[in-house]
Amino acid sequence: MDLKIDKQQNDRKIVVTLAGEIDAFTAPKLREELLPFAQGNTIIVNLRDVSYLDSTGLGVFVGLFKQLKKTDGELQLIELSDRLKRLFEITGLSHVMNISAN
Amino acid sequence: MKQVMDYIEIKVPAKPDYVGVIRLTLSGIVSRMGYTYEEIEDMKIAVSEAATNAVQHAYAKDEGGEVIVGFAIYQDKLEIMVADSGKSFNFLEIKNTLQPYTESSTVEQLSEGGLGLYLIETLMDEVRVLNHSGVTVFMMKYLGGERENHDETNSRRETFEERN
Repeated sequence: MDLKIDKQQNDRKIVVTLAGEIDAFTAPKLREELLPFAQGNTIIVNLRDVSYLDSTGLGVFVGLFKQLKKTDGELQLIELSDRLKRLFEITGLSHVMNISAN
Repeated sequence: MKQVMDYIEIKVPAKPDYVGVIRLTLSGIVSRMGYTYEEIEDMKIAVSEAATNAVQHAYAKDEGGEVIVGFAIYQDKLEIMVADSGKSFNFLEIKNTLQPYTESSTVEQLSEGGLGLYLIETLMDEVRVLNHSGVTVFMMKYLGGERENHDETNSRRETFEERN
């Protein structure tokens, strides 16, 4: 029930690999870890091993997205499972955010 | 109306740490009922959203407390009630006092719970919300995608309105 956060920074590109569950318990940690990097960088978040996500996690990504947009950065969410993709679709976030199944 | 076959209630501290425990309890209950993987995952999100809402409400008021989740198991559906009052409740009694989920309750709830209640409404077959000093959320999911027809749902709402 925990969330593993792995960050690899290469200049202005940060690849974040997440594994586990993103909920009310783990979302604050995720926000704390990632928000400081949302300053004009490109953040790529790999969600392949995320087994659970709800609105608290979506909230973190929305926050990141807004912050990056403000600072001319970019957020990419990649390797979303069908489940996760559906969550972004029913909340309408898939229309504004850059998400992909690959 | 069919009788409740079994009723399970769990009480956890109103802390984010235990939202996952509620989810695990739900998984254990529904995996024996015959729901599909998709339905189970939907319910996990819905119950977590309600629990998160309850936890955050308790946190905002800085009063700690407990979250109670009741699961009423029927042959053809599961009803879940999440309350942040920390007090044990009479499931059927509370259920009858809950209002149908409406657009107006969305606005107030959304400001506090973000997308939470929207997701509950989208992922479950029926949702009702009671706003008192805390929030009680009732939600229901039919087995096998089986839904009551609209007439029946409406008549139940009318009954509720008449009573008030």
